[in-house]
Amino acid sequence: MSTVVLLTLTGLGLAALYFLVASGLALVFGLADVLNFAHGLFLSVGAYGTWWASDHLPGAGPSGWGFVLAVVFGVVCGTVVAALVELVLIRPLYRRTIEQVLVTVGLSLAGVALLQASWGSDPKPYPRPQWTQQLTSIAGARVPNDRFLLIGAAVAVLAGLLAFLKYTRIGLVIRAGVEDRSMVTALGIDVRRAFTLVFAIGGAAAALAGALGGVYAGSISPTGGSSLLIFGFIVVVIGGMGSVTGAAYAAVAVGLLQQFVNYNWSGLGDICVVALLAVVLLVRPQGITGKVATS
Amino acid sequence: MNILEIGELSVRIAGSHILQGVTFGVAPHGVTALLGRNGVGKTTTLKAVLGLLPPKAELAGDVRLAGAPITRQPTHRLVRDGLGYVPEDRGVFGGLTVAENLRLAERPGGDPDYNRVYGLFPELHRRGRQRAGTLSGGQQQMLAIGRVLLNPNRLLLIDEPTKGLAPKVVSEVAAALHAVAQVVPMLLVEQNLAVVRRLAQDAVVIANGRVAYTGRANDLLDYTEKTKALLGVGKGEHA
Amino acid sequence: MTTQTAQPTQAAAAPARRRVPWARFGPLVVLVVFLALPYCGLKIPGVFDSPVNKPGTLQLLALCLVFGALAMGYDLLFGRTGMLSFGHALYFAAGVYGTDMLVTKAGYGLWTAILLAVVGTATLAALLGAIALRTGGIAFAMVTLAFAQVAAITIGRNPGGATGGEEGLPMATERVPGYLVGVANTVNLYWLAVGVVVITVLVVHAIADSPAGRVLAAVRDDERRVGVLGLDPYRYRLFAFTVAGGLAGLAGAMYALLIGGATPHIAASDQTLTLLVMVVLGGPGTRWGPLIGGFLFTYLDYRLVALGDSDAVAGLPGVLRGPLSQPLFILGTVFILAVYFFPGGLAGLRTRLGPLARWIPERR
Repeated sequence: MSTVVLLTLTGLGLAALYFLVASGLALVFGLADVLNFAHGLFLSVGAYGTWWASDHLPGAGPSGWGFVLAVVFGVVCGTVVAALVELVLIRPLYRRTIEQVLVTVGLSLAGVALLQASWGSDPKPYPRPQWTQQLTSIAGARVPNDRFLLIGAAVAVLAGLLAFLKYTRIGLVIRAGVEDRSMVTALGIDVRRAFTLVFAIGGAAAALAGALGGVYAGSISPTGGSSLLIFGFIVVVIGGMGSVTGAAYAAVAVGLLQQFVNYNWSGLGDICVVALLAVVLLVRPQGITGKVATS
Repeated sequence: MNILEIGELSVRIAGSHILQGVTFGVAPHGVTALLGRNGVGKTTTLKAVLGLLPPKAELAGDVRLAGAPITRQPTHRLVRDGLGYVPEDRGVFGGLTVAENLRLAERPGGDPDYNRVYGLFPELHRRGRQRAGTLSGGQQQMLAIGRVLLNPNRLLLIDEPTKGLAPKVVSEVAAALHAVAQVVPMLLVEQNLAVVRRLAQDAVVIANGRVAYTGRANDLLDYTEKTKALLGVGKGEHA
Repeated sequence: MTTQTAQPTQAAAAPARRRVPWARFGPLVVLVVFLALPYCGLKIPGVFDSPVNKPGTLQLLALCLVFGALAMGYDLLFGRTGMLSFGHALYFAAGVYGTDMLVTKAGYGLWTAILLAVVGTATLAALLGAIALRTGGIAFAMVTLAFAQVAAITIGRNPGGATGGEEGLPMATERVPGYLVGVANTVNLYWLAVGVVVITVLVVHAIADSPAGRVLAAVRDDERRVGVLGLDPYRYRLFAFTVAGGLAGLAGAMYALLIGGATPHIAASDQTLTLLVMVVLGGPGTRWGPLIGGFLFTYLDYRLVALGDSDAVAGLPGVLRGPLSQPLFILGTVFILAVYFFPGGLAGLRTRLGPLARWIPERR
């Protein structure tokens, strides 16, 4: 029983990480039709930003409120980079979907290379506040606290995003734009401003994923963003592109599945996740909720 | 002066030359009907005016709104300048409520005319919290028209508002459009010739990528042979 | 009535494109040059470290050819059928690891192993493609990426010791014919690589010029037309996907021979991304663009590493030196610039050369 609890909670921790990555992707794809490969870059910027800040930013440090400050710094870095990327690189290619995708591909390659150039390709040890490494007993299972950190962050982001989408005007514009972008312009609204905002939000969530993911893994490297990004893509396709709640459900499904299967047969969990993707696509190509997943 | 002037409009999409030099004007009062057989390019004409064609479409020609050229302008700017659009599929956001659909059309610093809209379509007020995707076809059409009426318009572009609707609902929609047309000029794409006869004073027919007829709507509809030749049907039927 | 309309169309068709004779034979000339390279001791300083007929240079050239072929196969998907697959590296890796494992672990002879690997890869492509093509556009891209990622992870985990895990799997040379083993025989590998390119080119061009090729182009440009003609886009896409997969397997087999084994990084998502860069830089959907793009990219990737270590770059201030020592940074940036300013790739430059363009054959 305690194993089940342990696996569930750690699986949810993984799900939280995936959700943080996927939420931004889902919105960016849903609204702007951009497959953002540079999303992994935002992740890494968040991770490296936090890592750098914990050593060099006055007031920041590897634990306590100093760590919080470091994470905030990382998230701000990711958000700024994301907004800049949209404004400078993506926006001039408005409505040219393939070129936008290509540019994000080039950016991801160049960006990872830049990180490698700056800090080397070896993994760097990552600051982990003491309390995240401690274990909490729940129903006989001893769960590392960093999982709770992740789950808490993901729940907060989910709640925040849903509230934002439901109660603000620009949230309304985004929800409408995900359904039918050209109709929104036909109502006199300049959707492109919403794009930048959505990119920035996605960048912030990804940066947070990177920052907290570093706590989870204990170290960060320039290529760490890519495999997390791919699971983010899987979650978005399963959940339905453009849907934040879909991403949440899918993340939970993927995280739990991966965790439970990997426990019994190491390595099989990843294959199962892709099998799940295949099954969902065969049965319901538009994902659990959300847009039809075709161009 | 015509509120809308279209000069030698030519549109090519993926190798298909849909419009090959369409020229006509829309009078600043009343309803001008845009007619033609299925697939001839009526919707394409409206979209070309609004700038809503896909990026790879090749556009040539001249479009002027109240004398000012508008071919390079982005859609949202044109709409703010007073070009209202009700598309063929209504363009209602199914996942949003009726009230949210209307709210979306509000402009910052503008004064949305809810009185006019709720006066014409009291149903919309009653169903404010209902998800628009669950509305009937007729109700969605009212919502689409109502949305556009929240703001002042100089010209309305309306695409097949009665398509797929039951006869009683067609009447209601036509009555609403008639009321609106007293105040705002309209370019109306319509297949239902009875509705055209009721609403339109002028008619423009597109055939083979060009304008085949411009003139009074009644002149066209009264002559069955002419109507049949241009639209393929007789009096009072659907085109 | 009919005769009257026939005449104008005939007259319109009469002035056909005058193609300068040598341009038509251009590709053949290039092929002959490549075949002849090992026989001349040409030195091109700056471009190659050693004369052209030395093993080191031949190895590099062969590698460039392999990736050129891979890029051509990938272009069948991307440039000709409009499918954005982010998992093509999977089939390349299947060819590499397939050949390697069959030779090293299962003890097959080389040619049998290659045949099995290529057929196996094509079959894998058909199976996975059948699922992935249930979606299209961006979702398809994500799904292909996911499949490839799982393969990469599986390879890394080294199930049953079959793949050699992170360290890769060197190919056992006992079952490889003697004339393909050893530095002195690099020239034979080189010619084999030329052969792979020729096969790939023949297959891709044969498809492109056939009626099926026109359907693929229609699927890319305007899918509704295809449906109206009573044809099923799904089948044609699957066809292109399978063929491209098989070609990738062939290139992979060649790669395994050339490198002498398999390493896990070829299955990484970065590999497909660089393939995409190769094709876009060369010119998607053009006759020779992807081949040139693949060839040049591989060469530059290799050369820029040397540049990064060179004195010229070492002398630059730290801020510049770091990024410039990373080939992917330069290539990634060039790629981004190319997307903005040269959307047709190298092959598209043709249209910008004005009067010179007449001399270059425009065949798609």
